[in-house]
Amino acid sequence: MKFYRMHVLVAEDTRSIMAGAKRVEEALVEEIRLAGLEDEIRVVPTGSLGFSDKDQVAIAIYPDNIIYCPVLVSTVPEIVEEHFLKGRIIKALAHPMEQKEVTMEERTSENQMNLDIQKRILLENVGKIDPENIQEYIAADGYVALEKALFSLTPEKVIDEVKKSELRGRGGAGFPTGLKWQFTRPNPGPVKYVICNADEGEPGTFKDREIMEGDPHKMIEGMILAAYAVGGTHGYIYIRGEYALSIQRLQKAIDACYEYGLLGKNILGTDFSFELCIHSGAGAYICGEETALINSIEGKRGEPRKKPPYPPSQGLWQKPTLVNNVETFANIPAIISNGGEWYQSIGVEGSRGTKLFSLMGDINWKGTIEIPFGTSVGDIIDNIGHGVRYDRKLKGVILGGSSGSLLVPEELNTPVDFHSLAHIEAGPGSGSIVVMDETRCIVDICLNIAEFFRHESCGKCTPCREGTAQICHLLEMIASGNGLPEDIDHLEKISQTMMDASFCPLGQTAPSVLRQALKKYRQEFLDHIHNSNCPAGVCNMNFTEEV
Amino acid sequence: MAKISSLEELRKIRNDAKESMKTRSGNAKVRVFASMGTVGIAGGAREALKAMIDELEKRNFHDVEIVEGGSMGLDNEEPIIRIERDGFETTYGKVTPDMARQIVAQHIINGQMISEWVIARNEK
Repeated sequence: MKFYRMHVLVAEDTRSIMAGAKRVEEALVEEIRLAGLEDEIRVVPTGSLGFSDKDQVAIAIYPDNIIYCPVLVSTVPEIVEEHFLKGRIIKALAHPMEQKEVTMEERTSENQMNLDIQKRILLENVGKIDPENIQEYIAADGYVALEKALFSLTPEKVIDEVKKSELRGRGGAGFPTGLKWQFTRPNPGPVKYVICNADEGEPGTFKDREIMEGDPHKMIEGMILAAYAVGGTHGYIYIRGEYALSIQRLQKAIDACYEYGLLGKNILGTDFSFELCIHSGAGAYICGEETALINSIEGKRGEPRKKPPYPPSQGLWQKPTLVNNVETFANIPAIISNGGEWYQSIGVEGSRGTKLFSLMGDINWKGTIEIPFGTSVGDIIDNIGHGVRYDRKLKGVILGGSSGSLLVPEELNTPVDFHSLAHIEAGPGSGSIVVMDETRCIVDICLNIAEFFRHESCGKCTPCREGTAQICHLLEMIASGNGLPEDIDHLEKISQTMMDASFCPLGQTAPSVLRQALKKYRQEFLDHIHNSNCPAGVCNMNFTEEV
Repeated sequence: MAKISSLEELRKIRNDAKESMKTRSGNAKVRVFASMGTVGIAGGAREALKAMIDELEKRNFHDVEIVEGGSMGLDNEEPIIRIERDGFETTYGKVTPDMARQIVAQHIINGQMISEWVIARNEK
């Protein structure tokens, strides 16, 4: 086998590729060849290195443990000449966040408080292995869980382990995964479906993408395990059409699995068989709802179905169907190989394990983070996000996406877990944290969200179809300085009706940020209406429009 | 690639793949430090290092981490290669490609120091 003294990992997630990661990789390969080092140094594409604060290309170098960022095509010759050939680390090019974070060892030791409130279980391989190479995943103890399940555990035992782990679904609703599996298993039938909901359409959420781009096999292994547990025969990955790179990497991973006999008939020589394919969505937000998703796979219009019957009894093509989120499936391999009790020891009562969040907004460090449940939102912003950008004052945080909740600065020491967040009418939701500083106008933000929902409402039920449009109209009026005092009452009434009477969670949660904004930032709405004044100076007040 | 049809095959693939990932694991058994200053390169450090990698590959030994560094200040002993193994740092001077191959065979793989070429040795 070929031995390389040095591995150069190029971060190639969507952002980095847009910043030119492919060109940097080509330049690296070419320069290494020119320097005559091609037999000694291996260039490997990998997922995100864990920070994406700027649109820059980052590379990690092993065994020296150095991260260079930003790397441009023009700096590649210098890196090859100085570092790869002569062994001199170029301090000036090392990751600029802080110069002392030159090596990964320093990064983890000196930044204990910064990075190490993160705990990487789901993302352990992201940025360390080549996602397009199944061998690297296998080397990182991949498919150990599958091996264990197929050869030493019964399907019931697998479900028991998942139940013991107290894993809850990561798609937003937080339904206990073990129970869902248990409901699906006894339903009879020669065909049973396992669907992975990878339709990550919530604005501000990009955590599943990190798994699919950086470690697709982890999710696939989770799906195979789920199929084994519930008796699934066929699987679909319903993925957002916009995630081109994820689709490409997942497809490569599935092809490799078929080639290695990890998918298809008689997996690993046992009599368990499972087929898996990708179904790409066409850009409708509603298809993230499980029954709408099932309709979409069947080729029907993406509209939610009546529940019950729930998918575990009658789902895709009226067959028993298990639908779980990407992150949920990605949790399974670690649970099976380490046992449910191990998983249960992480996190807090009622919310076990780790959770991915997409951290973004007016903050210094952005990216996908993984924290054990129980970490407070404030901690995340200060220690992982390195505080609000430009040292501005924090205005609020939108937690759980645009259908999530709004947190004011006083609520930031709430621990992130299902129970504590429920007390303040919030939840981890889709797993996004959007930080707003004082220059943001709350009316403008609500309007932005309302426009999104007006566009995405599927139109099946009246409260949602009409409600989203009316909310949008009223907010437009307020934002342009033409609001009336009674508009606030109208907004509250419409929101309440939508929550009570909408057919599916889209309409029920669409007004949730607005409702909380009306409560927590009421003064700002009143300023817009009574004084025609936008305190943050965002809204364009023109008085010409007649109401 | 034929389909994996048994547990043993999967385990074998895993062990092989693990070997080739050792460079990234940060806990290799042997650490090799090659002095790559201007003097070292002029004195033939590249050739020595190449021979070393070639020999490691031939003998299929991957549990090693090779780090390059600048000059140690001992110009008359260049090329210098330092081996860290079993808690000792052993420094070899004036390493030719042939010597490098022998160092791989005896010291890196089998832990037998070649005393006549050693210029310094200390506990880590």
